[in-house]
Amino acid sequence: MTKLQFVDFGGTARMVDAPAGSTVMEAAIKNAVPGIEAECGGACACATCHVYIDDAWQAVVGPPTSMEEDMLDFAYDVRPNSRLSCQIKVTDQLDGLIVHTPERQA
Amino acid sequence: MSDVIKTDALIVGAGPVGLFAVFELGLLDIKSHLVDILPKIGGQCAELYPEKPIYDIPGFPSVTGQGLIDNLIKQIEPFHPEFHLSEMVASVESIGTDTAPLFRVMTDAGTQFETKSLIIAAGGGSFQPKKPPIPEIDTYEEKSVFYAVRRMEDLRGRDVLIVGGGDSALDWTLNLQPIARRVTLMHRRDEFRAAPHSVEQMRSLVAEGKMDLRIGQVTGLRGESGLLSSALCRGSDNAEFEISCNAMLPFFGLTMKLGPIANWGLSLSENLVPVDTEKFETSTPGIFAIGDINTYPGKLKLILSGFHEGALAAQRVYRYVYPDKRLTFQYTTSSSSLQKKLGVEA
Ligand SMILES: Cc1cc2nc3c(=O)[nH]c(=O)nc-3n(C[C@H](O)[C@H](O)[C@H](O)COP(=O)(O)OP(=O)(O)OC[C@H]3O[C@@H](n4cnc5c(N)ncnc54)[C@H](O)[C@@H]3O)c2cc1C
Ligand code: FES
Repeated sequence: MTKLQFVDFGGTARMVDAPAGSTVMEAAIKNAVPGIEAECGGACACATCHVYIDDAWQAVVGPPTSMEEDMLDFAYDVRPNSRLSCQIKVTDQLDGLIVHTPERQA
Repeated sequence: MSDVIKTDALIVGAGPVGLFAVFELGLLDIKSHLVDILPKIGGQCAELYPEKPIYDIPGFPSVTGQGLIDNLIKQIEPFHPEFHLSEMVASVESIGTDTAPLFRVMTDAGTQFETKSLIIAAGGGSFQPKKPPIPEIDTYEEKSVFYAVRRMEDLRGRDVLIVGGGDSALDWTLNLQPIARRVTLMHRRDEFRAAPHSVEQMRSLVAEGKMDLRIGQVTGLRGESGLLSSALCRGSDNAEFEISCNAMLPFFGLTMKLGPIANWGLSLSENLVPVDTEKFETSTPGIFAIGDINTYPGKLKLILSGFHEGALAAQRVYRYVYPDKRLTFQYTTSSSSLQKKLGVEA
């Protein structure tokens, strides 16, 4: 199990366990983490699973693919560390990952 | 006002489930009209994931969203369904009885139907433009902020800010550039999803000094009593800037909203329409709900469930349309009368 931490807009942190191979979005939905809607169920088709990767983790997580970049156009307040959480696969390297959820999903 | 169109069945929504309902109804000699608010056929499959493969359509190990829709359109051709696209079903009035239902239905474009049955296959609801959560944006809507252009003339001579990087944003940039006082296109990055030739055209207009392209995102609006005077923006380098404009067109894609269905007198449960699982009929006899829009114990929002629901609903619709006839169960492989309807008789 990999530990992931979601920090909401108000600063509250929630720690969840995620199995390798699942996605960061799935971990959030399974554990009812607020701030992530994931309307399309992870198909990279809705941009309502938008998160900001914590500065310390950006290099490990890496940048979005071009399909994900296109979808990020539909998100609100996109920043250089924006990602769609359904497109981030959980691996052992991500143990301790911190992501921030936006004020709202568009 | 146009004449009233009389039909056996009116289907609200031309997604996969509405399309297949045409087939099941057609086999029973029930003629259908379909209405969809989108300009194209196919619902979520065509709008949200045309290129993505679906793996759980029985008999198709893999088929793309658009591929499935193309096949469905072909499959229902023998029944000559009539499509009314870019129209939203706005109101439904019951003018019949519980045993002989009849409905008068009107679209927002003024088309009127008189139908013996109404089949709601409205999925997640009607597709509507996504509103970016910019503070106070709602106070400017319809006066200075528009999510769709109804009359280009309304924008003549105005300073128009268009936000987005897809085809809608680029198409309207090019269409409005000749008639607006000044068009500014803003996108969060200097890469566009829109068709390459429109991007090229836009770039040459910018090079000729005939319009502006800014890279950034709108964070706030300035103006008074609904009249916009400028948009507050942030560039990719975090620098704040202001663009003066008196009209803004944000294009952030589409989202689904239940819409007018809430006003048709049906009982609803969390924005879904409860139905029984024998006929998929709603609380109003003659009104059915199939596909993603309905709910019942055990409901799965899958395309294959919607197909099954349409087949069962059609059986009940038959009783309303042909109250004096008896319905016999037949297979398409062996029934010569079904094959005749499909135009495939030996
Ligand atoms: C990214 C993604 C992946 C998916 N993958 C799968 C999968 O692998 N397998 C699967 O089985 N399902 C999948 N689904 C779900 C599947 O697409 C839906 O179950 C299916 O589209 C539902 O079909 P429908 O015809 O009920 O509704 P929709 O496809 O939602 O179509 C409804 C139509 O009704 C129209 N409408 C609504 N209200 C009105 C009104 N008042 N007037 C006029 N028109 C109206 C809408 O504009 C829309 O076009 C996926 C969905 C998404 C978003
Ligand atoms: S869940 Fe829809 S894009 Fe990630």
